[in-house]
Amino acid sequence: MVRYVMGRLAQGVVVVFVVVTLTFILIHAAPGDPLTSLANEPNVRPEVVEQMRRNLGLDRPLHVQYVRYLGRMLRGDLGVSLTQHRSVAAAIRDAIPNTILLALAALLIDFGIGVSAGAFQGAHPRSRRDRTLTAVTITLYSIPVFWLGMVLLFLFGEQLYWFPVAGVTDPVTYPFRSGLGKVADRLHHLVLPALTLGLAGAGYTARQQRAAMIEAIGQDFVRTARAKGLRERLVVGRHALRNALLPTIALAGLAFPALLSGTVLVETVFSWPGLGRLAADAIGRRDYPIVTGAALVAAVLVVLGNLAADVATRIADPRTKPAS
Amino acid sequence: MSRLRLGITLVSLLAIVAIIAPLIAPYDPTVQLDLATLRNAAPSFAHPLGTDLYSRDLLSRLLYGARISLLIGLLAVAISVSVGTSVGLVAGFSGGVIDIVLMRIVDAGLAIPKIFILLVVLALWEDVTVAVLIGILGFTGWFGVSRIARAEVLSAREREYVAAARALGAGPIRLIARHILPNIAAPIIVAATLGVGQVILVEAGLSYLGVGVPPPQPSWGNIIRDGQDLIRTAPWISTTAGLAIVLTVVAFSILGDGVRELLDPRER
Repeated sequence: MVRYVMGRLAQGVVVVFVVVTLTFILIHAAPGDPLTSLANEPNVRPEVVEQMRRNLGLDRPLHVQYVRYLGRMLRGDLGVSLTQHRSVAAAIRDAIPNTILLALAALLIDFGIGVSAGAFQGAHPRSRRDRTLTAVTITLYSIPVFWLGMVLLFLFGEQLYWFPVAGVTDPVTYPFRSGLGKVADRLHHLVLPALTLGLAGAGYTARQQRAAMIEAIGQDFVRTARAKGLRERLVVGRHALRNALLPTIALAGLAFPALLSGTVLVETVFSWPGLGRLAADAIGRRDYPIVTGAALVAAVLVVLGNLAADVATRIADPRTKPAS
Repeated sequence: MSRLRLGITLVSLLAIVAIIAPLIAPYDPTVQLDLATLRNAAPSFAHPLGTDLYSRDLLSRLLYGARISLLIGLLAVAISVSVGTSVGLVAGFSGGVIDIVLMRIVDAGLAIPKIFILLVVLALWEDVTVAVLIGILGFTGWFGVSRIARAEVLSAREREYVAAARALGAGPIRLIARHILPNIAAPIIVAATLGVGQVILVEAGLSYLGVGVPPPQPSWGNIIRDGQDLIRTAPWISTTAGLAIVLTVVAFSILGDGVRELLDPRER
């Protein structure tokens, strides 16, 4: 197992290295450089821009810039924000716990709803309830996540006042709350954004789970279980569902990129101070070091998420263990 | 009605609306009709879906928005499917170092969440036109397709009909064009159909963030962005645009499922 994890980790390092290279290429493939918008300002002297270009090393040949860029990334130096007067790493450090919390809560809702709905559909394919749920899951799969967030925010935040509409904590009461009260306040703020992101993902998860369930029920061991007289509930719940969950666990790793893409939009809707909102705000201010830094960190999160899903699959499925 | 028929019907209706938008739209979608009296007007006979903050007719904006969304979806997918299929063919057919290098690039491309890739590119782009947006969406969207294509090539390569064609002296170009491509087309067509809907969602998201279709051009994401702060006083602005997106993406999802059922007998 340790060797397997190390091997997958090494693959992950390769992926991150290529991601760094890819972002470097993307940055340099765009017309203009990070200082173009500054240079276009009427009250900025061209000499100043030239000096900044030299300071940032943008006047050097591309291969020199690339090696320097790699070196900085290796040291964890993501550069300095152009608008925040602090390092990109510091800005991301503040944002990342909020995004991880949101993403994990959303993943829980996504799989909780998606797996139950999909497993039920797969156990009763082509029934009326299966068709109804299919219509629901296709709709969820097709909803723009930011629009779903706006609608939920309007209904449950601004009309019913059930949940707060912005931020991670209550700016007024939070400092005065007890330990448990602080946790409750955070959870209260988490509900709507996590529900938005989770529901949007649940549509896809349910579709996958339904297919996996139908396939599992067609297998021989299900026939055996039925033949020996097990009650249908046990056949479906214990034998079929357990096997149908395996592809879904693997899917969790694949769901991670979409989940993080979603955080950019959901965090913007709910003013949630995470990685996605950091990137979305930065793009409005053309703060490119923040944007590329956030993209790199998001990619690292995806790689780690895939690794976790792979390890979980290996633990859950004895067939993937190497013969010894 | 079968799924395929329903999908074809919905998508054709949308396409017709998009094509004849200039004929059926009551107003010019970018003209500010009357900033003094017509801002955020509720739906009425003159303006069936009301007007927005700049007194522009929403129905007209919605209809023209369909044009832009479908145009971006179709063209971006055309680019990403062509690039993805070519990369997948090359990787699967040549194998070895080329395959390894290409697939590591694909891994990396899939590891960066799509919106983050797009933000990185858009952060440095000065004037984003619709054409530039299509290019960016197309050239950052091919990673998944190339994986599908490669997997199909790997399995098709081992089939007897390919060995037979090779034994008869077919060169690699002829082999790919006449024997492999037609046999791997089904999953790629399905991915492309579903891809159109997903690109429309991504474009809406970018426009919502203010980095997609440049205003004052109407795009559904732009309309939702315009309506966001008015959701209490003029909820029809972002509601209608949101529903238009849902309907369109649902249409392409149903069509994609229908095509899958048609092309893959196991799905029936």
